[in-house]
Amino acid sequence: MGSVGAKDVPVLLSPEGLRIDGRRVDELRPIKIKAGALKHADGSAYVEWGENKVMAAVYGPREVHPRHLQQNTKAVIQCKYNMAAFSVDERKRPGLDRRSQEISKVIAEAFESVVFAEEFPRTSIDVYIEVLQANAGTRCAGLVAASVALADAGIPMADLLPAVAVGKAGGAIILDLKKEEDNFGEADLPMALVPQSGRLVLLQMEGHMTREELAKALDMGVAGCRGIYEVMKQALRDRYAVTPGPEGSA
Amino acid sequence: MSEEVTSEILTTHILDLAGKGKRLDGRGTDEYRKITVEHGFVTSADGSALVRIGDTAVLSGVKLEPGKPFPDTPNAGVLTTNAELIPLSSPVFEPGPPQPGAIEVSRVVDRAIRAAETIDLTRLCVTPGEKTWVCYVDIHVLDHGGNLIDAALLAALGALTHATVPAKRFGIAAEDYPLEVLHYPVECTFVRLGETIMVDPTFDEERAAQGRLTIATDETGRIVAMQKGLVGAFSPDDIKAMVERAFVHGDRMRLIAKGGVA
Repeated sequence: MGSVGAKDVPVLLSPEGLRIDGRRVDELRPIKIKAGALKHADGSAYVEWGENKVMAAVYGPREVHPRHLQQNTKAVIQCKYNMAAFSVDERKRPGLDRRSQEISKVIAEAFESVVFAEEFPRTSIDVYIEVLQANAGTRCAGLVAASVALADAGIPMADLLPAVAVGKAGGAIILDLKKEEDNFGEADLPMALVPQSGRLVLLQMEGHMTREELAKALDMGVAGCRGIYEVMKQALRDRYAVTPGPEGSA
Repeated sequence: MSEEVTSEILTTHILDLAGKGKRLDGRGTDEYRKITVEHGFVTSADGSALVRIGDTAVLSGVKLEPGKPFPDTPNAGVLTTNAELIPLSSPVFEPGPPQPGAIEVSRVVDRAIRAAETIDLTRLCVTPGEKTWVCYVDIHVLDHGGNLIDAALLAALGALTHATVPAKRFGIAAEDYPLEVLHYPVECTFVRLGETIMVDPTFDEERAAQGRLTIATDETGRIVAMQKGLVGAFSPDDIKAMVERAFVHGDRMRLIAKGGVA
């Protein structure tokens, strides 16, 4: 998108069908997740995904600030997605911008769809996502980090929320866009999956696709999310697994 | 307390009806409310349209002014979209800076206009790197009866299709000329109520919904934007079915936006 006046468009797909960083069309970037990365938060997680570095912290259930947001029947989930000024090539002016506010809203709604908020009436569950280094797909990386952080905080939920962006670049539908593919590609479709139900709780699209391409992208994204789900579960096992006993079960 | 209790009772009722494929206002699940578009409602704007979808009313005004292009796109004009959910339109809106709901409407509408290449931004450029037209699309929600996004884009499109570039007023050309619109993006919003998918939700249906999905299409068969909103989830099969319906409703709304009959 945003190709108006763009120059030096890189070759996004080689004749062999390989991408700018050598990946196949349906291949994820390497992803590393550490559950419990911060000492003072109730729950936290750190995600390195390609060249993205994202930290998430969860506080709560705790008192609601501001007070008027308090709900008598359930916890409110407040999410703040923020990009560090130094996380992108050209310094980003710190503070609230419309993009961050929209992303915070859709991420909060995604979590509200799986967290058992009715167990904590009159409280707030605060989710903070800080993008330290950005290379496309930060809302998905943030959502994955926050989901593991919620689990780390012991918040009861129906499921973890793996997320990934599918897009279109060089005419092909591709999984997990990196920066060049996002900047010079034709479409970006971030999504988050509830693996147990197979339903999507976050879905946005920027750019353009035909309906056939969209159908393919949805299927590719769901498969990608299932791969990320395994990494998320492993991160939690790594943090909480007890030392194997004589039986050797991990 | 009354507000909370009545909305709870109403929500249960809406969900019960949805289970039988029925709606409070008697519509079918795949049926829009009556849509009207009134072009040129505000003569002080360079283009404007008042859109009504049932009892939702949204007014959009377009203003064009000379300005500077962005440094990274010296040959392109500037397009900005802004939506205001003013307290006049609903008891749920409060005065103050734009809330996430208003920001979401602006950004989803902006994405559709941009991705569909509704207007050719390079044609807005006067002198590369120095002077260009800045096209402001301002959207005011006047009456919030639900489904603001569809009404907002329809109003913005209505305003753009009938806009005049005020070239004479700013001494840029000898005569004013019509703004050229290349594509016609239209948004179509669905909600899930229980296991029933419904198009064009009312305010109360949105409040009862388990997920909302907006799909923007254009007249060439492209999907140009999507946004899932509210708490809730959709299966990929549901989404594919909604995309098909979005094209059908979209084609009809495009006719209405251009000034045809409903």
